[in-house]
Amino acid sequence: MRETLRDAITIARKDLLLEFRARTTAISALVFSALVLVIFYFARDPTEISDRALAPSVLWVTFTFAGMLGLNRAFQIELETRALDGILLAPANRTSLYLGKVFANLAFVLMLEAITVPLFGVFFNVDVVSPLVPLAGVIILATIAFVAVGTLFSAMTARTRFAELMLPVLLVPFLMPPITAAVQMTERLFAGRPLSEVAGWLRLLAAYDIAFVILGILLFEATLDE
Amino acid sequence: MLRAEGLYRAFGPIVALDGVSFSLDAGESLTVFGPNGAGKSTLLRTLAGLLRPQRGTVYVDGARYDGRNAAQRRRIGWISHQSLLYDALTASENLIFVARLHGVDRPTSAARAALERVGLGDRIHAPVRTLSRGMVQRTAIARSLLHEPGLLLLDEPFTGLDVDAARGLRELLTTEIREGHAVVQVTHNVEEGLELASRVAVQRAGRFVAYGPRSAFDAAAVSSHYRTGGTDA
Repeated sequence: MRETLRDAITIARKDLLLEFRARTTAISALVFSALVLVIFYFARDPTEISDRALAPSVLWVTFTFAGMLGLNRAFQIELETRALDGILLAPANRTSLYLGKVFANLAFVLMLEAITVPLFGVFFNVDVVSPLVPLAGVIILATIAFVAVGTLFSAMTARTRFAELMLPVLLVPFLMPPITAAVQMTERLFAGRPLSEVAGWLRLLAAYDIAFVILGILLFEATLDE
Repeated sequence: MLRAEGLYRAFGPIVALDGVSFSLDAGESLTVFGPNGAGKSTLLRTLAGLLRPQRGTVYVDGARYDGRNAAQRRRIGWISHQSLLYDALTASENLIFVARLHGVDRPTSAARAALERVGLGDRIHAPVRTLSRGMVQRTAIARSLLHEPGLLLLDEPFTGLDVDAARGLRELLTTEIREGHAVVQVTHNVEEGLELASRVAVQRAGRFVAYGPRSAFDAAAVSSHYRTGGTDA
């Protein structure tokens, strides 16, 4: 287990270093997030629907689609020069590859969310500071679910002809439970309700995280077979 | 050290490997020649455990090998016609990453030593994307030798190398073979391929149409099998 974690951290560090050097995915995702917020801001009719009612959905739509840009890239970088072959031939086990990608994707998406939340607060005039701690907890739990499932599907679709299309098509149905939970909790937090009021959703999200990280570990090897 | 028995692999209607069998001891080198589409790269990927044969078995160090055993994987060094390197990382960062995954002691000094061995000691901090094609290939070679594998699988290893670099690689591989490493190389380059070989095979349409000791082949014989197929040498 220790070796698996060590190798996973090695892979995650490499991925983050690559992203830090290239910055292409991070910049694309951030610009995408900003554009989504701008479009929602101007497209909504505030007399028909209030910012508070719309805001949680907008926030999670933005996170989901911007995050997918990062997930798409996760295995593409391994295929450009067939670097994946080198990783598969190393003694490191397949679980460490999956966990390494999960760690790197998690860091990437959380970074993206950390920048998007203040922008979102400004655009939608929502107080994101008061509920910041419980909101951060909700975001982290939902992002673990997003990344655990997304990394698995990213590995599955990376070698297909329409990888960038296939990933969202496969992923979105599996994201319905965690996104629904996250939207429900975010709505209550923005309404100033206590976290205890959403304990059921929290438990659902935690259970989803545990189930899909375990499933990801178990199924990941099958995605690598040619 | 390496044995293949009746390897068969098809991709839809295309048969890439059709009953390939051979064995290779430590200190031996097999060169596989063949035209494009003969299945040479599929053979190497199957031997490496990156691809599962639909029939047949690969044995590494006497034990069945399907790519799952970490100790057997550690024995394999792999050079493909793609570099397996990350362009945005430096040569050194690429090798340190590989060294860590292979559990090599002191990854930083191991990476430096491996790059110096292929004549790139002065380019260790250069991003791979800034290196010439030949330098990238030399970095890929350093990468594959970093963990001191016993079995080297080489797919067109001389591609992109200039005369000096090709001579350097030839000398390096000769030393590796002399020290008891086994080498399987697939190539179009008859001259380079024969020079390192102790056994030779010519593959066409997934089959070894010729296979035997180096002494049974010269360049003309290889070329003849290349064009026409033929019987075992």
